[in-house]
Amino acid sequence: MGILILAWGNIARQDDGLGPAVAAEAERWALPGVRISIDYQLHVEDSHAISEAGSVIFVDASTEGDEPFSWQPVKPTEEISFSSHSIRPPSLLGLSKTCFGTAPEAWMLAIRGYRFEPFTEGLTPGASRNLEAAVAFLREQLTEAAA
Amino acid sequence: MTTEGLRRVAIDAVTRVEGHGKVTLLLDEADEIKQARFHIIEFRGFERYVQGRPYWEMPVLVQRLCGICPVSHHLAAAKAMDMVVGVPRQLTATGEKMRRLMHYGQTFQSHALHFFHLVSPDLLFGFDADPAIRNVIGVATDERFAHLAVQGVMMRKYGQEIIEATAGKKVHGTGAIPGGINRHLAAERKEHFKSQIDQMLTWSKDALELCKGYSRENLERLAPFGTMPMNSMSIVREDGTFDLYDGNLRAIDPEGNTIFDQVLPENYTDVIAEEVKSWSYMKFPFIKELGPEKGWYRVGPLARINCCDRIDTPLAEEQRAEFIEELGGGKPVQVTMAYHWARMIETLHAAEKIAELLDDPDLMEGERVAEGEHVPEGVGIIEAPRGTLIHHYRIGQDDTVQMCNLIVSTTHNNEPMNQSVRKVAADELSGKQITEGLLNHLEVAIRAYDPCLSCATHAVGKMPLEVVLLDSNGRELDRVAT
Repeated sequence: MGILILAWGNIARQDDGLGPAVAAEAERWALPGVRISIDYQLHVEDSHAISEAGSVIFVDASTEGDEPFSWQPVKPTEEISFSSHSIRPPSLLGLSKTCFGTAPEAWMLAIRGYRFEPFTEGLTPGASRNLEAAVAFLREQLTEAAA
Repeated sequence: MTTEGLRRVAIDAVTRVEGHGKVTLLLDEADEIKQARFHIIEFRGFERYVQGRPYWEMPVLVQRLCGICPVSHHLAAAKAMDMVVGVPRQLTATGEKMRRLMHYGQTFQSHALHFFHLVSPDLLFGFDADPAIRNVIGVATDERFAHLAVQGVMMRKYGQEIIEATAGKKVHGTGAIPGGINRHLAAERKEHFKSQIDQMLTWSKDALELCKGYSRENLERLAPFGTMPMNSMSIVREDGTFDLYDGNLRAIDPEGNTIFDQVLPENYTDVIAEEVKSWSYMKFPFIKELGPEKGWYRVGPLARINCCDRIDTPLAEEQRAEFIEELGGGKPVQVTMAYHWARMIETLHAAEKIAELLDDPDLMEGERVAEGEHVPEGVGIIEAPRGTLIHHYRIGQDDTVQMCNLIVSTTHNNEPMNQSVRKVAADELSGKQITEGLLNHLEVAIRAYDPCLSCATHAVGKMPLEVVLLDSNGRELDRVAT
């Protein structure tokens, strides 16, 4: 079972790389029972990995909302606006439940970004600050879960 | 468009295709279609992005084009760099077979996803069905079809795992390098894939039978749907055999006559040119000999099955022969909706090739990289899941990229998709009250080509469906969003 961290974003689109940056840091911690997946976007096959996890943390950049980040529970939905380019966390949980019979508890860690220009690498200063706060928060959550 | 007496309908953007797209329809007062266009609404900038970067970075860097078929770009760039480092088509057995395994894994997962999750809702519920159920969750929650949604997920997962095992990781895989590959297949991964391959073959055959059955039952409806006589282009081997990884260019006309054949990858500009149109960021390639008006052509599964003389795996070859005879009477198949049938033949072929490779000891041992005399230019062509993909680079004295030109599958299919949109608009929408169900007919035709618009324009984005009706003065009459 364990905790599955699904992080996504394109590091060649500035702050869209926030999700992969958080996950890369979490990989360095090498915490037992924590599995990490980094990708450009969520995929339908992630629904299978989700169904095998005890809980799931989705990590992505957000274009609006709370600074430095928001932390919200995610519930499965059967409503879906689907393409393989953009399947949203609630839909993935819905797919997990529908196809594999279970949808574990899940949270969304949405880190506020500011600029998303294509073919531009590197986080903005504001996003870098938000990243630091999000990483510290995630570490706390994982440590608590392990305890 | 502000032509007097006409109004415009825009589908902005097209759903269940990869990336951004928009369809505009220009209607007159009697709702007759006067013009139908398939637009791309993102700007293309990748070729400039790579200029000045070292050539050896290309196979990794180009994967940032988009997350949909990064393996195809990874391999096409690596093939171009094989030429640059002086070993075009001279890889070691291990180098070539590991790359092929990666590519078949990519094709397998991409086709499975497209069929089960993007297309099957249209086929299982009908083109006009309620959008609330005409999606993959609708498939998964219908007890008649639930197993198909699961199969789609598991086939996709299998292909993705092959990519991870051969490329190193799902994102920014580094497996293919100029001149070869940087790893062998780990023994435990091989055993894992072997333990599941029979299931994958069975599901591939079942999916093909499902697609065939549907196509046969609905042939009268499907045959004219978005169908126009079109030229076809793909790579084939020297003896005309189907090959997704390597070959020379062949183009045929709708009757099956050869337009060109055995054109080496490095000579692609001898036979193909690209036209720019003011209303689309995507270029319109055409066969030089025929000119832009008559020289457009389709690529992808249907074109590949049409162009080749045979397939070198027994199950897929049997299916190819049946397909060509049944739908084309021995000539190239022109039915646009037959893309799905052709795609499932390729899925079966990919599964057969994976099975074949998993028994090959060269994956586990042997030299991985070949070396040769460097040259300043390289072209790599591969048959990506969506069609022919061309990468062309010029390298400067300082080993950095000076010029890059990419022609991606969806760009080749630009004019065929426009033709299909016009045909469906004229046949199905003209003179009728426009509804969401009718607009989905246009999207069904576009989805047959499995376009990746993100890749074609080199940007990533979201795809809400928005339909806007405008009158001749640009005044909004109605708007529907899903």
